[in-house]
Amino acid sequence: MTGTMDPVAQAVAATVARYRKDPYYILQMLREIQEACDWISPEAIDLLQQALRLPRTKIEGVAGFYAFLYTRPRGRYRVLFSDNITDRMLGNMELLDYMCGQLWVERGKTSEDALVSIDTASCTGMCDQGPALLVNNYAITRMTRERVDEICELIRNKVALADWPREYFRVEDQVRRKDVLLGSGLAPGDALAAALARGAEGLLCELKASNLRGRGGAGFATGLKWEACRNAQGKARYVVCNADEGEPGTFKDRVLLASHADMVFEGMTLCALVIGAGKGMLYLRGEYRYLLDHLNAVLERRRRRNLLGAGILGWSGFDFDIEIHLGAGAYVCGEESALIESLEGKRGTPRNRPPFPVTHGYLDQPTVVNNVETFAASSLIAHRGGAWYAGIGTSASAGTKILSVSGDCARPGLYEYPYGVSVSEVLDACGAGDVQAVQVSGPSGVCLAAAEFGRRIAFEDIPTAGAFMVFDHSRDMFEVARNFVHFFAHESCGFCTPCRVGTSLLRNLMDKLKNGHGSPYDFAEIEKLNRILQSMSHCGLGHSACNPVLDTIAKFRPAYERRLQQKEFEPAFDLDWALEPARQMTGRDDAGAHFTTGSGEGA
Amino acid sequence: MSASFTLDGRTIAFAEGKTIIQAALAAGVYIPHLCYHPDFKPHGSCKLCTVKVGGRQTASCTTLAQAGMVVESDTQALNDERRTLTQMLFVEGNHFCPSCEKSGDCKLQATAYDLGMMSAHFDHFFPSRPVDASHPGVLLDFNRCILCSLCVRASRDVDGKNVFALCGRGIKTYLIVNAKSGRLADTDVALGDKALQVCPVGVMLRKDKGFTVPIGRRVFDLKPVSAYVDASAAIEKE
Repeated sequence: MTGTMDPVAQAVAATVARYRKDPYYILQMLREIQEACDWISPEAIDLLQQALRLPRTKIEGVAGFYAFLYTRPRGRYRVLFSDNITDRMLGNMELLDYMCGQLWVERGKTSEDALVSIDTASCTGMCDQGPALLVNNYAITRMTRERVDEICELIRNKVALADWPREYFRVEDQVRRKDVLLGSGLAPGDALAAALARGAEGLLCELKASNLRGRGGAGFATGLKWEACRNAQGKARYVVCNADEGEPGTFKDRVLLASHADMVFEGMTLCALVIGAGKGMLYLRGEYRYLLDHLNAVLERRRRRNLLGAGILGWSGFDFDIEIHLGAGAYVCGEESALIESLEGKRGTPRNRPPFPVTHGYLDQPTVVNNVETFAASSLIAHRGGAWYAGIGTSASAGTKILSVSGDCARPGLYEYPYGVSVSEVLDACGAGDVQAVQVSGPSGVCLAAAEFGRRIAFEDIPTAGAFMVFDHSRDMFEVARNFVHFFAHESCGFCTPCRVGTSLLRNLMDKLKNGHGSPYDFAEIEKLNRILQSMSHCGLGHSACNPVLDTIAKFRPAYERRLQQKEFEPAFDLDWALEPARQMTGRDDAGAHFTTGSGEGA
Repeated sequence: MSASFTLDGRTIAFAEGKTIIQAALAAGVYIPHLCYHPDFKPHGSCKLCTVKVGGRQTASCTTLAQAGMVVESDTQALNDERRTLTQMLFVEGNHFCPSCEKSGDCKLQATAYDLGMMSAHFDHFFPSRPVDASHPGVLLDFNRCILCSLCVRASRDVDGKNVFALCGRGIKTYLIVNAKSGRLADTDVALGDKALQVCPVGVMLRKDKGFTVPIGRRVFDLKPVSAYVDASAAIEKE
């Protein structure tokens, strides 16, 4: 019977059944419908609405929030070039333009035969093997002009993505330095067996003794978080693993999930043991779609070995399972309360806090949200003991940190170091010479100049979620900051006024400087925007949106001053510049099509 | 009334569970706000009501009052930032007060006047936002939308419908209506719906009556927004 159904109806029926008509899974349903139908048509929304009895506004509101969901036709092949600054440094824009030319399609538009669309996406987490792109959300690394030619040919011939050469999709781990975590050799079940021998209370004591702090950047004490969640009132408790690794330049969670998934899932299971949770969820960023089947296979293997499911390892009453939720292109969902909203199938808008997730998280119940690396480290601690772990690193920052190194260096990839390692040690190890700057912890982190390379990676000096992007002296630090500012403007959720409008105003200011219309006045404007973003924004995205600009103005001011045409005042409006669209339309570029008065680019 | 806090030096009594802005407005003390409305669950998005508590800034509509709190609100620094927020709202949409039927009854305009906003300061974005004139009784002019979501909340929580919702993201966030066609005429909206009454700006305009109160005698022509105990009620009565 289903054979006669049209493909859209079939796709909707299948996904609705898979998620048992549960409206909390609407984001997963939308994603699956798009995978099957290439976009989310009004007819698909009709059918979803009927099946789930949801208002249309709710479904459209969710679909409209996520960058990777399309409610207008976008082509059978949807190409998104990763647009982190590291991709730019490797020439992604030239490749994008080249591909657009080859396929005769304008960037951001869908080709007239509805075959292909080409656009950019925020960092896809392949910075050590870029330039990278996504085709229908599957990652392709190490793009070259030749590879663009080959892909264009595959697209023209309408070759199914599954039949494309496998080597395109190869993502390498590139682990350059292992320490206790990446080199642990822990077998599945080792940590759980040790924990069950100690009991839940004993495990919590070890965790507290280890001084483990959250690896997502904020550094909250993991033991205290688990304890607070365990002590909170609720009908049920949940474990959530934040694998929405969206901070540009960060890719360590990708490797942990690709090659150490058992450690991560085991850490979640340990957390469930401590807090008494029955359900865990791993929120995987949409850019890592290619990991989904692998992760589900690992989960299935763990179920078979009784490391998940009912009565784990024979421990009566210890019932816990994990499911994977995929994101769909929204950096803000890395903020824990936005992530929970997204898990509940909503727009990824950060909640008003307090209350915090430990008391009111998923479905308003006590929830632990931890980073991928935090859960992996918890497994290690359960196995080796808290005192051992606390002895690694510095007194305020116990253990090791995995750094994702990319940019201008000979050996990009993962470097695991005990906390306290200096920036220059990492630079030496990765083979970076002639270094101008290092951006630590991504755009929302800090930009360091050479004088600061003696500083240390640690919560008490430079805390980081893991990104470590290197820039040599050939790089223009203004363009680095401008790339980051565009990123924040694109990723602002739009909920609060200061961030929604402020990030766009900041982007416009940076573009104004780039176009040669800036003046010292604009520095004051940037500082004013920074103040209001810092003090008025709803969440961390707005708070940190000015960081890259302020850092680079303070440390690399000449990169900005080069762009000032006049030191006094420069009007934002330039007559000759305003004529540009007319010149494009008429195909003219002769002297008569230019204004010659005033300064700037005229004539 | 069991407890109190201080707001700009004044003692404000409050009942347990009330937010700072609820307690302040109940005591007749104005804190600027746009997305807050006494009848609805607080949203905390416009950030106009931001106050300083113990040196930290926080939205007063989502922060519970606590005994002994020291709250600053009517300060030069906070009002400067609020004025900037208001300017941001003006430039992200298309607000042409002289030709707007809601001029004088508009909370955005009144708040801007009250904060001493003399210009938009920033470059206008001039977004393209088509109007929806499909409904026989109501015109939707999205140019003026400030994304406060009051109509969304009113439709959902009071009218028991879901006529309005926010769609899109970031600066491209926009208001949608509950119809496949995207037209208000094809929704189940009714003229008596609370959702059509609560707009603090001029998105929702009744077609059959206009300028019933002449300019010069409108709500905020009579006294500034800060002089109303409940400005929302005053404009909805109009």
